[in-house]
Amino acid sequence: MKKNLFLFFIFVALLIAYPLFFRNPFPRHLLIMIMMYAVMSIGWNIIGGYGGQVSFGNTVFFGVGAYASAVLLTKAGLSPWIGMAAGCVCSLALAVIVGYPCFRLKGHYFAIATIAVGEIMMGLFMVWDFVGGAVGIYLPILPQSFSNFEFHATKLPYYYIMLAIFLLALGVCSLVERSKLGYYLRAIKDDPDGARSVGISIRRYKLYAFSLSALLTSICGTFYAQYVLYIDPGSTFNLMISIQLCIISLIGGLGKLFGPVIGAFVFIPLVELTRVYLGSEGQGIDLMLYSLLMIVVAILRPQGLSGLFARGTR
Amino acid sequence: MSEILRLEGVTKRFGGLSANQDVTFAVDRGEVIGLIGPNGAGKSTLFNCICCFYRATGGRILFRGRDITKEAPETASRMGIGRTFQVVKVFREMSVLENIMIGAFLKWEKTKDANAKAKDVAELFGFSAKLDWKAASLTISEQKRLEVARAFATGSEMLLLDEVMAGLNIQEVRETTDLVRRLRDMGLTLILVEHVMEGIMPVADRVVVLDYGHKIAEGPPKEIVADEKVIKAYLGEKYAKRRAHRPVV
Repeated sequence: MKKNLFLFFIFVALLIAYPLFFRNPFPRHLLIMIMMYAVMSIGWNIIGGYGGQVSFGNTVFFGVGAYASAVLLTKAGLSPWIGMAAGCVCSLALAVIVGYPCFRLKGHYFAIATIAVGEIMMGLFMVWDFVGGAVGIYLPILPQSFSNFEFHATKLPYYYIMLAIFLLALGVCSLVERSKLGYYLRAIKDDPDGARSVGISIRRYKLYAFSLSALLTSICGTFYAQYVLYIDPGSTFNLMISIQLCIISLIGGLGKLFGPVIGAFVFIPLVELTRVYLGSEGQGIDLMLYSLLMIVVAILRPQGLSGLFARGTR
Repeated sequence: MSEILRLEGVTKRFGGLSANQDVTFAVDRGEVIGLIGPNGAGKSTLFNCICCFYRATGGRILFRGRDITKEAPETASRMGIGRTFQVVKVFREMSVLENIMIGAFLKWEKTKDANAKAKDVAELFGFSAKLDWKAASLTISEQKRLEVARAFATGSEMLLLDEVMAGLNIQEVRETTDLVRRLRDMGLTLILVEHVMEGIMPVADRVVVLDYGHKIAEGPPKEIVADEKVIKAYLGEKYAKRRAHRPVV
């Protein structure tokens, strides 16, 4: 336990020091993406890994987070930080509205329903002219400052903001894991009837988990909008994002705190590097590489990679 | 003695088939009730109605004077009705201690408290040496005991045990009857559903017999084993007639 904590502090120290050694934009961008996907996968893992309820709709919260802050900034001139909070509120409401009826559905049907929700939101934002429709939103270039959430000279501030969000997500997940909620989710995943027999309301605890999942994803959505400064429905409500979150958690290890982190560190470099080196003529090859990775993991370590690093944990 | 559970004309139909028909009986606090009957008599259905996993089609079920007929199973559990399952439903991937903790969380919200409470319960049920074992790695008999421990940890006033003795060897049956006695001595009310009569007779204060969904007899075990209708239900009409000419053992 102490050894794990020690390793964790070294890990954090390395992350803090990383930009000092890598001064080019790409390595910094790479780690920002790794951490962003790690945060979203940690969110996905709370409901999908611990609770066993596979969701393909988490991209919805990413999109809502991105659009909430972008719309408030362009239409009302509000700081993206306020937008981030607004995005969280919208995502939370959406999680309850979607989750309440959908948690009646068992197993695969829930997953299918969440795909539908994602596609509906994508369609809706495509034709909604007020938020830019299919063209999307170009965020205004403002003087760089923390309150404007825009930095043009260097990616460094983005890096540290993302690092803070990443540590927050790890903290939240660690708390969940050790609390009643975490135990209940694992019980629900293991045997729903057994869980009900000891007074657990399955729907309520899945809603809690789904809401946390939505919050973490929504924060990343706002970050993404401010980082790229351009959003459109195709890049934010993309089903592929949800699938990637699922793949990352699977590769890393379902229902484990560091599972999604390890998954993101393996998977995202693959995504970014194939994009950079293969470019447009490499289209399709990246998918083959993902599949290869999945197959290798499924054969050699079906429980995920995380056990390789932290022995002795569950 | 005060009454804890009352069934009033409980009926459960599955489509055209009625598994329970107009079943009425009451249970006092601290009693051990045996619910028996031949295969397909509707024991498990009635059991599931009482802990709200099934919703009774007709009649009323009152627990501590409150109508629970239409409640959700988790509500029934929160009110103090604990249960086990005929086919064990322990949390297979979790440890013995964690299984019991899941029960304890109902009354002890904090992980530390639930953990401490679960350890106490584990000791009571003889699991102290196996706290870290995965539930799936226990024997069936142990898994059944773990289910009882999990239900007990919720602080239930009444436990419903569904065939805890089925498939156990003689030694294990004896251990289970001891356990039932201990639970009763702690003031719990127990309803035992059993297919086999041997296990239940020495511990039950009263036995309710079901056949084809109807209650055909109710009373102390001694009277029940001599009851004409019960013998007929278990062994057939012919045997009952033959037996009537011989003195009761």
